[in-house]
Amino acid sequence: MELPTLQDLNLAVTLPSMGLALWACVVLAVGLFLPERRRHWNLVLSLGGIVALFLYNLTLFDLPADRQSAFLGMYRADNFTAFVNLIALVTAFFGVLMAYEYLKRTHIDRGEYYPLLLISTSGAMLMGASGDLAVLFVALELLSIPLYIMSGLRRPNAASEESALKYFLLGAFSSAFLVYGVALVYGAAGSTDLSEIFHRVNAGLILDQGLLLAGAGLMLVGLGFKVAAVPFHMWTPDVYQGAPTAVTGYMSVGAKLGGFAGLLRVFIVALPAVSGAGDATGWQDTIALIAALTMILGNVVAIAQRDVKRMLGYSSIAHAGYILMGAAAAGSPDVRDFAVSASLFYLLAYAFTNLGAFAVTVAIEKDDATNPQLDDFNGLSKTRPVLALAMALFMLSLTGIPPTAGVVGKFFLFQAAVNAGMVWLALIGVITSVVSAFYYLRIVVNMYLREGPGEAQAQRSFLGVAVGLAAVGTFVLGVAPVLFLDLAQRAVLVALGG
Amino acid sequence: MIEIYLPIVVLLVISVALSVVILFFSRIFGPFRPNRRKLTPYESGMTPIGPAQRRIPVKFYLVAVLFIIFDIEVIFILPWAVVFRDLGAVALVGMAVFIVILLIAFIYEWKKGAMVWE
Repeated sequence: MELPTLQDLNLAVTLPSMGLALWACVVLAVGLFLPERRRHWNLVLSLGGIVALFLYNLTLFDLPADRQSAFLGMYRADNFTAFVNLIALVTAFFGVLMAYEYLKRTHIDRGEYYPLLLISTSGAMLMGASGDLAVLFVALELLSIPLYIMSGLRRPNAASEESALKYFLLGAFSSAFLVYGVALVYGAAGSTDLSEIFHRVNAGLILDQGLLLAGAGLMLVGLGFKVAAVPFHMWTPDVYQGAPTAVTGYMSVGAKLGGFAGLLRVFIVALPAVSGAGDATGWQDTIALIAALTMILGNVVAIAQRDVKRMLGYSSIAHAGYILMGAAAAGSPDVRDFAVSASLFYLLAYAFTNLGAFAVTVAIEKDDATNPQLDDFNGLSKTRPVLALAMALFMLSLTGIPPTAGVVGKFFLFQAAVNAGMVWLALIGVITSVVSAFYYLRIVVNMYLREGPGEAQAQRSFLGVAVGLAAVGTFVLGVAPVLFLDLAQRAVLVALGG
Repeated sequence: MIEIYLPIVVLLVISVALSVVILFFSRIFGPFRPNRRKLTPYESGMTPIGPAQRRIPVKFYLVAVLFIIFDIEVIFILPWAVVFRDLGAVALVGMAVFIVILLIAFIYEWKKGAMVWE
């Protein structure tokens, strides 16, 4: 056997995710020795690493073919990876920025928050970059395990501990589904390499079609848990409600990003052949059905919520449904590339919008460990007009009303679904968007039309910066989507080799 | 093809026979004066029956975590050391990264007071 050299490993292209994980070690080690009054170095180091890797990642678009693979095909460094890295680093940036003061004032300023967040982000990035099912699984664990710990950061608060335990148990459960699915796919195809699986499926070199389908189904369940798709969504509202708000904000985007990156990677690179158009057993119909159920349930149940974090939890379920619609559309070969880029663009739009919404929620949360309620927004436009305006923008974006990122993202997703011949799915998407207007706009009504104290933190602070940047991102993506759409459209998922 | 498993069968037969013989002979020729304490299952000197929810010193878990660090390290280093010369620079760098990461975990534990028993 020819032994690999360091050049063969192509380490430079893996730097965004690997570098972030290693940087997390540095932040952890430095954080240990920081005295109380120098705690801000946690923030500085984390943000510095994120920004540096973000800039470096911009050079990783459109690499020549021989540099697109690292670790002997285990790691794929194509445009898809680069775009996922971009969203992940944006998410981590906001996750750090909105947590800094929040952790202090709720007395949970544990230095571990920052390295945990960075490690989790590197897991999300690896999910998108995985060229092998084994890497996918390791990446999923790398993404999830820090999140379990972060949910329980507020111990000994009972709700936070419940959230951590519940997330841990159900997360471990879903990982087991994924591993079993991986094992069955390996049993059927004889390889864990995604491209290799694709070629064997195409050439009919499959041991047993049923085995392959069962494996694909189990992997869908495992990843469905992570992205909170119905019927695997049960953990979402409870975990979101109990976890510290800044962690919830990061989790609602980071975990979903990782889940979708892995889902698209596996199902589009390795198993496109399983989705024959007239084949009722293909995954396209299954994902379309899950998408429809997820959109309906998430949006309808969100109406009944009074707790802001719970409402945003159900809202995140609904948004998983919209992105799943893109994943389903990607099952049709001729819409595949467009659907993938639409999903990626939506993930970016969702990241800015949702992180912004959570940053405002962090701002209105009181210090006494009670969860913010919808009525806490009452009268916010009088006391904090700029904050209220930003929140209104995020709510419009989540609903899908111009001029925001959400409407552009939804438009592309609906278009992908229609192009793939799933008009019914796009219709459900439109109708549920209208339903969602009820609970999103209720917050706007509370802020502008109701009387109330409207208290909020975040005057001239890092949190304020986070809200501002998220608002700018949401607005720019809404009025000039071209800037990022071009990048997203270059992210094409194909199997390697012939 | 199946004959290659014959040594295993022989081993099974011998081990079963030997254990029967040992138990049998010690019962016949040895002294046998049972009492209540002698007949209870052996539990490392502790009372074998009691409430399941009793307090256990949580310190042991820290020792266990410390143990895992070095245990895993050895598990990886042993096979690595055997083929190290053939693998060259890749293996050296890989192992260096691995050990540095473990070292950071170790410093973390030390600094957090995992080494202090009281």
